[in-house]
Amino acid sequence: MQQLKTFVMGGVHPPENKLAEKGAIQRLDPPKMAAIPLSQHLGVPAVPVVKRGDQVLCGQLIAKGEAFISANIHASVSGKVTKIDTVTDTSGYRRKSIIIQVEGDEWLEGIDRDQGLVRECSLDAREITKKIQEMGVVGMGGATFPSHVKMMVPKGKAAEYLIINGVECEPCLTADHRVMLEKGEELMVGIGLQMKALGVEKAIIGVENNKPDALAHLAKLAADYPGISVQALQVKYPQGAEKQLIKALVNREVPSGKLPIEVGCVVHNVGTAVAVYEAVQKNKPLIERVVTVSGSSVKNPANFMVRIGTPVSQLIEAAGGLPEDTAKVVNGGPMMGKALNDLEVPVSKGTSGILVFTGAESIRPPEQNCIRCARCLTICPMGLEPYLLAALADKKRLEECEDERIMDCMECGSCLYICPSGKPLLDHIRVGKNRVGKMIRERG
Amino acid sequence: MKVLTVSGSPHYHTEESVSKIMYGVVFSLVPAMLVSFYFFGLAAILVTLTAVVSCMAFEYLIQKYLIKGPMTIFDGSAIITGVLLAFNVPANLPLGLVVIGSAVAIGMGKMTFGGLGKNPFNPALVGRVFLMISFPVQMTTYPEPAAFSTRITDVVTGPTPLTIIKDGVSRGQEISSLLPQIPEYAQLMMGNLGGSVGEVSAIALLLGGIYMLIRKIITWHIPVAFLGSAALFSAIFWLVNPEMYPDPVFHLITGGMMLGALYMATDYATSPMSPRGMILFGVGCGLLTIVIRLFGAYPEGVAFSILIMNAFVPLINRGMKPKRFGEEVKNG
Repeated sequence: MQQLKTFVMGGVHPPENKLAEKGAIQRLDPPKMAAIPLSQHLGVPAVPVVKRGDQVLCGQLIAKGEAFISANIHASVSGKVTKIDTVTDTSGYRRKSIIIQVEGDEWLEGIDRDQGLVRECSLDAREITKKIQEMGVVGMGGATFPSHVKMMVPKGKAAEYLIINGVECEPCLTADHRVMLEKGEELMVGIGLQMKALGVEKAIIGVENNKPDALAHLAKLAADYPGISVQALQVKYPQGAEKQLIKALVNREVPSGKLPIEVGCVVHNVGTAVAVYEAVQKNKPLIERVVTVSGSSVKNPANFMVRIGTPVSQLIEAAGGLPEDTAKVVNGGPMMGKALNDLEVPVSKGTSGILVFTGAESIRPPEQNCIRCARCLTICPMGLEPYLLAALADKKRLEECEDERIMDCMECGSCLYICPSGKPLLDHIRVGKNRVGKMIRERG
Repeated sequence: MKVLTVSGSPHYHTEESVSKIMYGVVFSLVPAMLVSFYFFGLAAILVTLTAVVSCMAFEYLIQKYLIKGPMTIFDGSAIITGVLLAFNVPANLPLGLVVIGSAVAIGMGKMTFGGLGKNPFNPALVGRVFLMISFPVQMTTYPEPAAFSTRITDVVTGPTPLTIIKDGVSRGQEISSLLPQIPEYAQLMMGNLGGSVGEVSAIALLLGGIYMLIRKIITWHIPVAFLGSAALFSAIFWLVNPEMYPDPVFHLITGGMMLGALYMATDYATSPMSPRGMILFGVGCGLLTIVIRLFGAYPEGVAFSILIMNAFVPLINRGMKPKRFGEEVKNG
């Protein structure tokens, strides 16, 4: 038995509720109408290269990521572009999207749709990175950082480890778990490609030990792929956060405000590694992804392979329909996910789950006096003082917020989860972060 | 269209709540309560009941007529204050004084500052010290423990072990000649000694403390720092002159040491937030307790030392920050 690793500082243990973990990935039919947002990634929105009335094919480039931090967008369906307009997306904001009226399911030539595994790759590091960029691959764990940017190691830095994030520490979500089980071979090849692109010798896949089947499966496969190892981790939230995962796996701490490359690491999600495989070996752009649909009231919690741009309502319908007592629908996990105000929003590259909450589950506990129990401080994985940051942010004492390292907060939600007084700590901190960020930008 | 709730993440919340924590503390006090009922009988029960009821009553009255705030008497914190105040007074204290103590604890100690979580000083200790200074005779007349006692008045009173040592040493007697007046250490551990209602049994209090640790109501930092520094500091003096200074075990199992370290010093609102701060706070409490016990005018110093350290808490919170992630970069 391998020794379990974990990060040291803080962390919480929310109920896991992985209801859909046994549900094999089911392919969902393309929607009738797909709305494909131009901003599905961190950074500058992509620029459309199609116009109203154009016929597009599945996999065709429809918007180009021109800025340094941006990503290409491809048509996930075939049909006619009816308009380019603002549409409410999973962020809750109205953003520019390309709306395609679906006609049939015609794919662009050159995309290898065969399920057979392709292991050999003759491309060199630069060509792999270029392919990843071309195919619009972004981080699929939720942060949606353009993957090719992570592949370009800045001058003076060197990558030593490729860390593959199979932690899936968010309760309820099982998409990564299923990907590891069902696309293990593709994952291994994808990791190999990323290692080649980065020029690293070692890759570690971190998986929490609440997924013993995935751990065993990957360990068996990894024996065939030199340099790739699998590490079992203790279950603790937020282990899937980049900095916490690096700490758990290689015991290095990324300094405040710095990127993982500072300590010689590059972190990618398992879904991203599979997307890299498909992009490089199959010439397939990122136009579909696995989404978990779950919740205590959902009839058939499931994992769906969904085209980008499919309305969320269609996923819920496929899982047995929207339960009568639904009060909240969340995009993402219960700890960091965003509550949706509209069920017609499209699935995007970063949508890992759609969670349905009943009325009783949606109620926040009543707010009481802070009893100064220090739980928020003890469990903060970044070693911050949430009670203090919330109070300072509330009073707009922004310089002090900055000194107390409010910008280190990754909004993992542990403080608000653990607070016995039901204080909206993270709400205040979020507002504070926004204001401090603005203050820093204005300072130049 | 269905109207959806939109709220910020996280969408999960812990099952723990303020009242669950408070009742957990009350539950952990049960062993100590039973021991004191056994040794001090009906008198201890009456004092405890009076303190709890009057603490709740004063909180109710103040909330209703002065603050006009939400009703908080059932969150369990007033019960804790009541029990701890009772634990800190002699079992034969006149009940009228218990009521006065409760009024001071809740009124001055807690509600003046806005209620739960906002008070800088431990309310029960504020009540105790107020009584101690105002009614020194009643507050230092301790009944002798007697199993299954039903007497309320006319109890046999006697000095506590701490008083025996303090008075003896100040008269120039040697500790070895004073020890025969004090029960065996095993008896002391069980609680068979004179003292305040709930402070007598180190074993029962430790049991409650362990329960609180397991339930994660408290962390080890304050009790360990408190008891450890008290033991260490008293050991130094004991090694220098064992005839003038009692040994560390004696210090740990007598007086309010256990009650103070496990319950009074760990009070959330009046102790520091960061683990580092908690250790500093605990060490301060331990040192001051021994200083007062050995060199002060009073035989017992737990209550004073905790109140003094309470005053430093805002300063400690300012100075002792938790270790930030990425603060010390150790790569390897």
